[in-house]
Amino acid sequence: MNMLQANELSINFGGIKAVDGITFDINKGEIFTIIGPNGAGKTTIFNLISRIYDSSGGNLVFNGVDITRFAPHKIAGLGIARTFQNVELFEHATLLQNLLVAQHAHHTTRMWEEVLFLPRVRESEREIRRNVEEIIDILDLQRYRDSIVHNLPYGVRKNIELARALCSKPKLILLDEPSSGLNVEETEDLSFWIRDIRDDLGVTVIIIEHDLSLVNDVSDRVMAVNYGRLLALGSPEQVQNHPDVIKAYLGG
Amino acid sequence: MRFIFKTHYDQDIDLFPHAGAVFWYSLLAIAAVCAPFFLDPFYLGELSFLFIWSLAGLSLMVLTGYTGLISIGHAAFIGVGAYVHAFLTRNGMPFVPSIICGGIVSALAGIIIAIPAIRMRGLYLAIATLAFSAIAEELFVRWETLTGGSRGVAVPMPVLFGNELDGEVGFYYLCLAVLVICILGVLNLLRSPTGRAWIAIRDSEIAAQSMGVYLAGYKTLAFATSAFLAGVAGGLLAHKVGYLTPDIFTPILSIQLLMLVMVGGLGSIRGAIFGAIFLVLLPTLIAILRDYLPNAIGQQPALEPGIFGLVLVLVVLLEPQGLNGAWMKVKFFFSQFPMYKNATFKRQKTYMRTERLQ
Ligand SMILES: Nc1ncnc2c1ncn2[C@@H]1O[C@H](COP(=O)(O)OP(=O)(O)OP(=O)(O)O)[C@@H](O)[C@H]1O
Ligand SMILES: [Mg+2]
Repeated sequence: MNMLQANELSINFGGIKAVDGITFDINKGEIFTIIGPNGAGKTTIFNLISRIYDSSGGNLVFNGVDITRFAPHKIAGLGIARTFQNVELFEHATLLQNLLVAQHAHHTTRMWEEVLFLPRVRESEREIRRNVEEIIDILDLQRYRDSIVHNLPYGVRKNIELARALCSKPKLILLDEPSSGLNVEETEDLSFWIRDIRDDLGVTVIIIEHDLSLVNDVSDRVMAVNYGRLLALGSPEQVQNHPDVIKAYLGG
Repeated sequence: MRFIFKTHYDQDIDLFPHAGAVFWYSLLAIAAVCAPFFLDPFYLGELSFLFIWSLAGLSLMVLTGYTGLISIGHAAFIGVGAYVHAFLTRNGMPFVPSIICGGIVSALAGIIIAIPAIRMRGLYLAIATLAFSAIAEELFVRWETLTGGSRGVAVPMPVLFGNELDGEVGFYYLCLAVLVICILGVLNLLRSPTGRAWIAIRDSEIAAQSMGVYLAGYKTLAFATSAFLAGVAGGLLAHKVGYLTPDIFTPILSIQLLMLVMVGGLGSIRGAIFGAIFLVLLPTLIAILRDYLPNAIGQQPALEPGIFGLVLVLVVLLEPQGLNGAWMKVKFFFSQFPMYKNATFKRQKTYMRTERLQ
């Protein structure tokens, strides 16, 4: 079953066609990787899906809903979460606060109830906290709960961003270069977690990734892009052996 | 050394994390309630002033310290609250509904300024709010039926439950009660989705939005909440000064408020109180200082703004977390004693390759 369909997706920045008529489908429950040289348009595809940019052509359908013109803050509520290439955490808040915010799309309390902190609010806070604790356990973040995120090492911060995306109870998660800046051991943990996210939490995953061993390790399908255009789409081996892909990486 | 073991989620949800905090805040509450029995009216009056400043600081803290939106126009919100409350009180409305109305009208003004302001940040927002406050000041001069124009208007005594409240003691308790209620309300918001959404906007708009936070909505809400609190502070201030003229609500007041939250420490309620204490004490300290300085410096009329500016620069350079940050360090030192490490608060580098703790 198709979870996400992108049809002829395009966007221009001035003269640059950052994404130029790309069409692909994401199946429910798959791990789908996007690869391509720097400036190929990978992050821009994520920004189109999370509606940070308006596309200049084509459309996007998520679980049967046309999201091409959806309000960006409603994307989370539909079940799409993401991480950012340059970690975008709430730096001066604690880990716990970072993760609690992620449940925002699902909160039901009203502001006046919150001002009075009615029992209903306390109940909902407990529920939110229980959900967050599940993710903290999965990603082994217990010891950082009350730390200000700003002071934590880079690897942990990347991890927190993944945790935060998971805390919004997504159906589809977009990971933008999750392994960049991680050491070998951390990258190994990451590949386990990515598979756990799919297998145990049932979340569909799209990853942008440069580390080819990680790509081969986890991906069901790979899409290669360059200059905003689709070069190849298929199994990891098929794509890596595709002549256009080899040429793009050799700088042809 | 003290360890706090957490055994229940409610410990993080509750206002006071552990029994020690309950004890110290209870002590503070008792001291505040008993103060009128020990202090003479002059000092009681100064404390009322402190509470009003704290409330105004709390208001700006919500907007600047928690939502990351700067405002150099808060004097206008204080002014709107003060004039509306004075007007309603003169027309016989009791204190509680009248001050709430003042707050609500001020909140509406906050929403109006938010509509253009939510697209701006930093310097642009600072200038937009400054312009708004200039317009409001003009309005205070022109709208004579409400404000008495530049001649000003007298503010009657507050009427609470049918009794007129005159004298310092009654007013002291009134200010204390209003401040405590407002702080509790803000603390409640901060431990709920609304407050967390504000903090998220402050630290990363793009991430906040992708978590489902409606940026325009929550920014407007922050403006409205902040303006409401400023309006209530204005209502109290109206009684305190007794006579309102437009030159109370100039940009100087806004800048002092901004200084209050920065010196106190952005992003903390305690910081708003510390900042207010600083702002109330500083003029007195400067007056004392004048006697000890050589005449050439001591008698300079610009000494006060000069020292204000100097303090602000020093805070930004030496202790960006403000007085609250300094307080946390002292507290931490005692809670860790004798195991305090000098480097605990050194800013850490962000590592590209990490060494995880074991
Ligand atoms: N907001 C923007 N304004 C103008 N140009 C942009 C904008 N965002 C992206 N671009 C351009 O679009 C192209 C694709 O950028 P994108 O960030 O998607 O690349 P990428 O594939 O993620 O590269 P990298 O591997 O370096 O992250 C680049 O040429 C970039 O300069
Ligand atoms: Mg990128």
